[in-house]
Amino acid sequence: MTSDQIILVPLLPFLAFAANILAGRWLKNRAAWLSVATSSVACVIALPICWAVFQGAHFAHQGTWLMLGTVPLKFGYLMDPLSATLLFMVTIVGTLIQIYAAGYMHGDPRYSRFFAYVSLFMSAMLTLVVSDNYLLFFMAWEIMGLCSYLLIGFYFEKDSAANASLKAFLTTRIGDVGFLLGFLTLFAALGTLNFSEMNTLMAGAHGSHATLNTGLLTLAALLIFCGTIGKSAQFPLHVWLPDAMEGPTPVSALIHAATMVAAGVFLVARSFTLFMAVPNILPIVTAIGTITAFMAAFIALTQNDIKRILAYSTISQLGYMVTAMGLSGLGAGTFHLITHAFFKALLFLGAGSVIHGTHVQDIREMGGLFKKMPHTAVTFIIASLALSGVPPLSGFWSKDEILLSAFGAGNFLVFGILLLTALMTAFYMFRLIFLTFFGAARNAKVHAHESPALMTGPLWCLAVGSIVIGIPGSPFMHHWFQKFIAHMVHYPEYEPSGLVMACSIAVAILGITLAGVMYLKQKHWAAAVAKNFPLFYRLSFNKFYFDEFYAAYVVKPFNALGHVLFGFDETVIDGAVNGTGRNTLFLSEIKNWIDQYIVDGAVNFMGTAVYFLNSFVKRIQTGFVQNYLLIVFLVLVAFLILELKLA
Amino acid sequence: MPILEIAAKFGTYAVMAVILIFALGVVTFRNLFHCALCLAAALIGTAVIYVVLQAEYLAAIQILLYVGAVVTLIIFAIMLTEHLAGKTARQNNSQSLLAIVGLLGFVTLLATLILKTPWPVTPTALQAKNSVMGLGKALMGTYVFPFEVISIILIAALIGTVVIAKKDAPEEPL
Amino acid sequence: MIVLPLSHILIFSLVLFAIGVYGALVRRNIIGILISIELMLNAANINLIAFSKYTSLSPETGQIFALFVIAIAATAAAVGLAIVLALYRVRKTVQADEVNLLKW
Repeated sequence: MTSDQIILVPLLPFLAFAANILAGRWLKNRAAWLSVATSSVACVIALPICWAVFQGAHFAHQGTWLMLGTVPLKFGYLMDPLSATLLFMVTIVGTLIQIYAAGYMHGDPRYSRFFAYVSLFMSAMLTLVVSDNYLLFFMAWEIMGLCSYLLIGFYFEKDSAANASLKAFLTTRIGDVGFLLGFLTLFAALGTLNFSEMNTLMAGAHGSHATLNTGLLTLAALLIFCGTIGKSAQFPLHVWLPDAMEGPTPVSALIHAATMVAAGVFLVARSFTLFMAVPNILPIVTAIGTITAFMAAFIALTQNDIKRILAYSTISQLGYMVTAMGLSGLGAGTFHLITHAFFKALLFLGAGSVIHGTHVQDIREMGGLFKKMPHTAVTFIIASLALSGVPPLSGFWSKDEILLSAFGAGNFLVFGILLLTALMTAFYMFRLIFLTFFGAARNAKVHAHESPALMTGPLWCLAVGSIVIGIPGSPFMHHWFQKFIAHMVHYPEYEPSGLVMACSIAVAILGITLAGVMYLKQKHWAAAVAKNFPLFYRLSFNKFYFDEFYAAYVVKPFNALGHVLFGFDETVIDGAVNGTGRNTLFLSEIKNWIDQYIVDGAVNFMGTAVYFLNSFVKRIQTGFVQNYLLIVFLVLVAFLILELKLA
Repeated sequence: MPILEIAAKFGTYAVMAVILIFALGVVTFRNLFHCALCLAAALIGTAVIYVVLQAEYLAAIQILLYVGAVVTLIIFAIMLTEHLAGKTARQNNSQSLLAIVGLLGFVTLLATLILKTPWPVTPTALQAKNSVMGLGKALMGTYVFPFEVISIILIAALIGTVVIAKKDAPEEPL
Repeated sequence: MIVLPLSHILIFSLVLFAIGVYGALVRRNIIGILISIELMLNAANINLIAFSKYTSLSPETGQIFALFVIAIAATAAAVGLAIVLALYRVRKTVQADEVNLLKW
């Protein structure tokens, strides 16, 4: 089986992008179907290849891009277990979300523009997944950043959306610059940007550390991890993701939950051999991941905006994945990435359905929606159960794997924090559910209605996915998925532990019960907790004051610096420029005199002379065509006579 | 049958003479319309010469294209412009004397040249029978490239003619 | 067929050509010039056919070139007359010696 058709997978959405951006005016509502169709075809092309990879195949192809001195810079595609897994997830989830978006965005004035951006994003994401080197990866990464910017600011008439898009773009840029420097450092150290070649070099490096520059590699790994911190919204650059919820909800589902933010984790997975080979980097990864997971979950406890809760939940779960990577749990992290993509996409789409039906986002104004929106509610609850880690849904198996990694590595501090995070996860998710779907309707103005089938269809598809996608990594299939990923690189594996599973189930159920008691039965408890622990409550409610901190210590100094530089500009540089101008003016006056009297005089003299001479010659030009013709003819005859007489 | 042959020969000379007379008419008549009619007559005479030279197809084309199309076109153009150029106006410009002198020299020169040159007239060539079919084959075979070029030129001329003759919006006198 | 000496036919076409040249040189009316040019082209055609008949082994060659000349003559007439019409429309004249802007 050949695999070159994989090139079509990113190409097709790109064509949809081109068509939608150029001909969107004529396509109108067909724009959505163009995007969905190309995405579906890409899915159909990709799945057999993924399947072949799942069976053990391995595809790679590359061509020379350009020469850097003598080093060829190659680019191509690489289909190994990791990219096949991601490709599988991205094509399916992406297509479902686009179908949903066709319903959700219905009637929007910039309908075709939206789908153009989404298609461009899909194209970039798929390129990123199949790319076989850092440079191509980075280019796709940046295009995704651009799409993210465009889509967060899709409703740019709103100031908040425009600011949020700017914030997202600038914040991720910090990480992206790190990433760029990181893979350039890597190129300096290894002379290649290709993933496979890097893996081979790293595998060899285990034997002899002396051949590689460990210092440079450590720097490279650290800088590459900066990219992850930015893109996957890890502490301390996580602040952009909650604001990114200003974008349309399908975008939040596609970009800011399922695919783009997961690309950061994917980057760590791609560079996993590098992270394994250099010392001291994995603990940093673990620390960042754990802090993010805990902090975001803690913030999510008190938020009231349905999409923001989910956003913090996403950050928290991304922290989980990064922690898994830091604990050498490549399989566990990737597994959680896939399951999370399914149920978090479902959660966002469900939230979108709720917003679509009620036109409010604050969960305090909802309540009792279960009867009015049964499809949305049931699928939402399925996804929440999966996220909370209730067996046998997918989230349980992947979360359990991560906990097992921590437990098996003997890192009980991280294990404890992760368990606490899981407890909070279950709690805030069911707080959200109980406030939204149960109890009495709290706002009489809200008239909820169920969303159309175009939107509930993808919900159910994703719900089924959320239930079954965990099976390949569960004991039922003997942890097939982890072994499959482990084809790539060796990392420690741990025996499944009953204790860990028991803890995991216990905290999930505890969290759900606690939420049920606090928000359905004893409603005054929540206020009481907030009153008795004001410090914690305020920290959580104000998101640990990160935005204020950045505003005070990053934005303000930069503004001040800007003012100082502006003053410098005004006085010193402008003064220099003006002085130069004055001098030039003086010099040019002298030159002007020379020009007028010497140069011009010479030129005018030439002109006059020529004019005088030509007044004799020009008489030949009579303007009568036949005069010229006669002259031509007579000259011809003269030539003939001359020629014949001579001959 | 020498008598018939001689008659035909002189008939041909007579046609030639008639053509020349008409041609003179073309360049001397004051009324342009008469000139055009003379041109048509001269062209028809030329077609007769073609028949004599066994180029029957060319003769047909000559009559169809020249007499049928070109002369018609010229007559149209005359009718579109004539009423301004009055019939009494001088038709020749001032350089006719010089032109006649030059032309006489030219004709004398070339005529002596023609009569002196030993033309390689071959009996086999005279006997060669040419058919319309051979013409068509040569046109579509050996000369297919010039043929295509001619078609492009015709198209270009067609478009160019339309563009030039089209009335463009505000007319500005030069 | 009628066998005339080749030189007679050539002299005939020479005279025809000369008459055409005379017309082209002295007619004031541009349409007259065009007509004269047609005469010249016609003389050239006679030459082509005569040569091809008398000296060539494949008599088609000359005829084909004569055909091309006819085609070119037709385009020349069409374009030339279009120019005359355009000129007439702008300058209200068709006399060659009244169109003499392109001089010193």
